[in-house]
Amino acid sequence: LRIHPLGDAALLAELGTRLDTALNTRAIALAAALKKRRDVRQAIAGYASVTVQFDPDQTSHQSLAAAIRRLATKRPPMPEPGRLHRIPVRYDGPDIEEVAERLKLPRERIVELHTRPIYRVFLVGFVPGWAYLGPLPEELELPRRQVPRTQVPAGSVAIAGRQSGIYPLPTPGGWHLLGRTSVKLFLPDSDPPCLFRAGDRVKFFAAGE
Amino acid sequence: VTAVLNVQEPGLFTTVQDLGRPNAISAGVQSGGAMDRFAHAAANLLVGNDVGHATLECTFSGPHLVAEHPCLVAVAGADFDPHVNGTPVPGWTSMLLGAGDQLTFGPNRKGARMYIALAGGIEADRWLGSLSTNVMAARGGKQGRPLERGDNIAAAGAPRKPSISRLHLAESLRPVYGDHILHSIPGPHVKRLNPESRSNLFGMAYRVTKDANRMGYRLEGPRLDTSGEELLSFGLVPGALQVPHGGQPILLMADHQTAGGYPVVATVVSASMPVAAQLLPGDEVLFAEATAERAQQMRMALGAALETLR
Repeated sequence: LRIHPLGDAALLAELGTRLDTALNTRAIALAAALKKRRDVRQAIAGYASVTVQFDPDQTSHQSLAAAIRRLATKRPPMPEPGRLHRIPVRYDGPDIEEVAERLKLPRERIVELHTRPIYRVFLVGFVPGWAYLGPLPEELELPRRQVPRTQVPAGSVAIAGRQSGIYPLPTPGGWHLLGRTSVKLFLPDSDPPCLFRAGDRVKFFAAGE
Repeated sequence: VTAVLNVQEPGLFTTVQDLGRPNAISAGVQSGGAMDRFAHAAANLLVGNDVGHATLECTFSGPHLVAEHPCLVAVAGADFDPHVNGTPVPGWTSMLLGAGDQLTFGPNRKGARMYIALAGGIEADRWLGSLSTNVMAARGGKQGRPLERGDNIAAAGAPRKPSISRLHLAESLRPVYGDHILHSIPGPHVKRLNPESRSNLFGMAYRVTKDANRMGYRLEGPRLDTSGEELLSFGLVPGALQVPHGGQPILLMADHQTAGGYPVVATVVSASMPVAAQLLPGDEVLFAEATAERAQQMRMALGAALETLR
């Protein structure tokens, strides 16, 4: 466990550096425990870390770090299995041919590989409603695009590294676009305003033409 | 009577802001809120509000407002040369506007963001626990957008304290906006910088580019070389100095993305964020390495200044 300052009113507690479901489960549990403290303003779980914003008039980096070390040694409660979302995708994205070429796989195999796993929602963040999903099958691993697109349409289903994701809003993006879905990820008039929560599970399936 | 201001001209980019929506971060929604929390708080306290009431954040230029009913207002933050009915009026001072009075602004004399508080707070759309405008989601504030000509601004309620006009915050108690030194605590990924980059970060000037908005400022200066494996995405905070692949840092501000995977080599301390909020494109900044103790002293000084208005 490494704890670093993020200025005078926040810190980053790193539980590990691997993309790992167990680490993510611990991070989510630690964030939930920290949120209950009065001196903590907000605690956000990352893949394998927790970013804690605290009230520097009520606590210090040192005393909060000590409390985090104590909490982190506790065995986290058995996580409830996250809700399962089934997401229909039309695999007609602008990058699917290029991905197939670069991976030397037929297009049908790309779809088969992408729809095979039940992905975990590691983290909701970046932009409203965006969820980092993983792990992506190794066979589909590719670095991000050299030149990010200035605008990616909402609903684009994309991959990069060992991750997959869905663009909830039209934003710039450097991931490879495999397809699109009509499912709305960002629900501004609901609370919470997003479909996925950290710890949820996601299964993609190929929707008809 | 509910005080009402009518917007004759909105200014370049004027939005309703309060202290943001930190509870929405776990949904990926930016926390948002006033960029310069000190000026926002001072403007509110000057008109007898709580610091959490909504104000108008005016970016780079001021609006032209007409009072339709008598009301108490205060402007704080950047100096946009405020006038009432054509006569210059001081900033950081509460003032009573009569029905028909015109509040206008001249050229930008110092800073980037000015706050206008109205006794009772500014009424606006509440979204996820905050009145702050989120233009990306088009929610909060005035229908999720900047002010437009013809908008009406109403008071949300009665002020916490009876209205006092000509309450003033002395210059000696305010942050030094022109000074452009951002006190910063190194970490979490400062060890990824090579020694030369580290001495550049805490020794050389960085210029704010045109790409500077409520999400963050792209800076330009000596390249910061980071090494090491790709990071897994983690939660970000305002003031974090993120270094993407090109080596030109980005200073994250109020509407920053909630998570990211670029190294963060330092974070500007909370008491320097009001100074950061007032930077204009082209301004040069220096990052000064700070300790937690120094950050606390600076924070307490600003807190004590606000106390004088309570």
